[in-house]
Amino acid sequence: MKLQGKEIDVVRKGSGQPLLLLHGGGGPIAAMPFADKLAEKFEIIAPTHPGFGGSKIPDHFNRVDDLVFLYLDLLDELDLNDVILMGFSMGGWTAVELATMNSTRLSKMILVDPVGVKVGGREDRDIADVFALPGEKLVELMFHDVSLAPKPADMPDDQLQLMAANRIALGVYTWDPYMHNPKLPHRLHRIKMPTHFIWGESDGIVTVDYGQKYCKLIDGATMTVIENAGHSPQVEQPEAFVDAVFKCAG
Amino acid sequence: MTTMRTWFFTEDCYPDLPPQDEWDSIRVDLPNQLCEPENAHRLYNEYLDIWCAADEMGLDIMVNEHHQTATCMIPAAPIMLGILARQTKDARLLILGNPLPNRNQPVRVAEEMALIDVISKGRLECGFVRSVPYEAAAANMLPYKGSERLWESHDLIMKAWTTHDGPFNFEGKYYHHRQVNIWPRPYQDPHPPVWITTGGASSTDPVAKHGHVAAVFLAGYSRVRPVFDAYRENYLKHHGTHAPLDRLAYCGLVYVGDDERAVEKGANELMWYMQANKVTEQWKNPPGYHPPQVAAGIMKGAHISGSGAAYSTDLKEHMRRGNVFAGTPDQVYEQIKAFWEYSGGFGHMLMMGQAGHLPKDDTLRSMQLYADEVYPRLRELAATWDPEEIMEKRKAMPDQEHAEITDLSVDFVR
Repeated sequence: MKLQGKEIDVVRKGSGQPLLLLHGGGGPIAAMPFADKLAEKFEIIAPTHPGFGGSKIPDHFNRVDDLVFLYLDLLDELDLNDVILMGFSMGGWTAVELATMNSTRLSKMILVDPVGVKVGGREDRDIADVFALPGEKLVELMFHDVSLAPKPADMPDDQLQLMAANRIALGVYTWDPYMHNPKLPHRLHRIKMPTHFIWGESDGIVTVDYGQKYCKLIDGATMTVIENAGHSPQVEQPEAFVDAVFKCAG
Repeated sequence: MTTMRTWFFTEDCYPDLPPQDEWDSIRVDLPNQLCEPENAHRLYNEYLDIWCAADEMGLDIMVNEHHQTATCMIPAAPIMLGILARQTKDARLLILGNPLPNRNQPVRVAEEMALIDVISKGRLECGFVRSVPYEAAAANMLPYKGSERLWESHDLIMKAWTTHDGPFNFEGKYYHHRQVNIWPRPYQDPHPPVWITTGGASSTDPVAKHGHVAAVFLAGYSRVRPVFDAYRENYLKHHGTHAPLDRLAYCGLVYVGDDERAVEKGANELMWYMQANKVTEQWKNPPGYHPPQVAAGIMKGAHISGSGAAYSTDLKEHMRRGNVFAGTPDQVYEQIKAFWEYSGGFGHMLMMGQAGHLPKDDTLRSMQLYADEVYPRLRELAATWDPEEIMEKRKAMPDQEHAEITDLSVDFVR
């Protein structure tokens, strides 16, 4: 669909209460089994962040708030109301920023292993530096079961290039300050809707401990920890993940 | 008149490292406990002695910078050049270069360069570079659109150098500075000569448009023609005249020895430069430095060149590729002459003449042999250059294939 004069890829599927799904740094996820399951209860609206999935990054885009304004426009354009806002990792950060700016069209927020805030001191590495890790180490932090991780050596060139392009886009949006907005904690009081965190127990990118501290920053927020899952519980434990979603938004 | 200048260059490495299997990467995360201050002090002073000797021998001087690496101990090239501005007399002083996309204050760069130019009485030649991928982590800078940043920074610096009637305003896409009025202004009028490194044909256009010197590092036989030819075409397009010889520069490793034994020893020691560059994948591939096709190749474990040529650290192979010129004075002259003619000619030989453990005395001997026995002949050769004649002559030398340089051309080019 066309937003801000740009063609934005948006997957829409299912019917029911609208659920705006914002993917993480790995790229679009709306085609995954967990999303099919969610589509049985919700109308999923899943845009692809510009730069991901082979799309172009607009010339002036370089921060998460560029995405936030894009999706505020999307909510207006589709005239969506009573929306469940769901964000994964950097998409979770985007969701939280959006909720602090304008939540009038939103009724609930679900955050899956989100980044976006700094909880420790200036010398604490709250969020693993994904750009400073060799591939195999990154996979260990991302996955509970590393056998589920994509293997670049076995991937066809076009898929690997998409993965490389996604990584560039992730860098563009999150490089500095790294994966967080220092002002965000000072704006979280504006979030009044029910907010639920879902976290993979083995996440090494942002740990459960980080999640618990993040959760405490949002009034009344609750959290489900999913066992045997890393940074992407929707991939490693899709059933437990969908159950957790239905439980808080069913 | 057409001539050839030679610029003596060493990266000031810290070569005294444990065996390679004891560390992962020579760049970015090699702990600095391996850098003994006493040894570093000795090395810096040896390198400065060598540069000062270059001045005495009639060679010009080139300095560069890298960060968080034992391959190059200079994290602030302007400081080294500031020392040399005072300690040398005749040599022109090339910094190649200032890594503009990684420096947030272009005006500060303009000031530093003007300072060196004034102290040296107009001997500065100022290079601007995008910088290599490993610098992203060290500078904490996203390398996305690095070229765009480079050119905006360049524009601001050029204006800062050439504006003499008080402050001007600059509010660009990347750089903002509202009261630009540098003191001192450069010694050279209108400004010091500017050099830019280029890695491929496509990046030569803006360099040629500005009439700046285009420098190519270790491009070898296979890449030098496409890059130099593109520059010449673009120069002709923008200026309506052939690019003068002194608009093109080539950097290769050079070792001149008295006899075969000395050459064998010295040239192989220079190869440290090629052999020591062990770097882990993530530092080679910061997001946005390479286009997705290249980045994908690195994720797969490929070397950066993507040329299909085998990665090599072998001296003979690099000599064949046109990256290393090594031999007795006669041999080195013939090697450079062949490459020079093949390339269509260039006015600057960037002589990387020291690397690794190559001792100071051997380095100085090689430089002296070059200055006495190679350089005069190269100057004579360059004096014969005619932009049309050389292209005719070149036709007799067909394009060389499969002589592609490895990663290193990309690694060190900027």
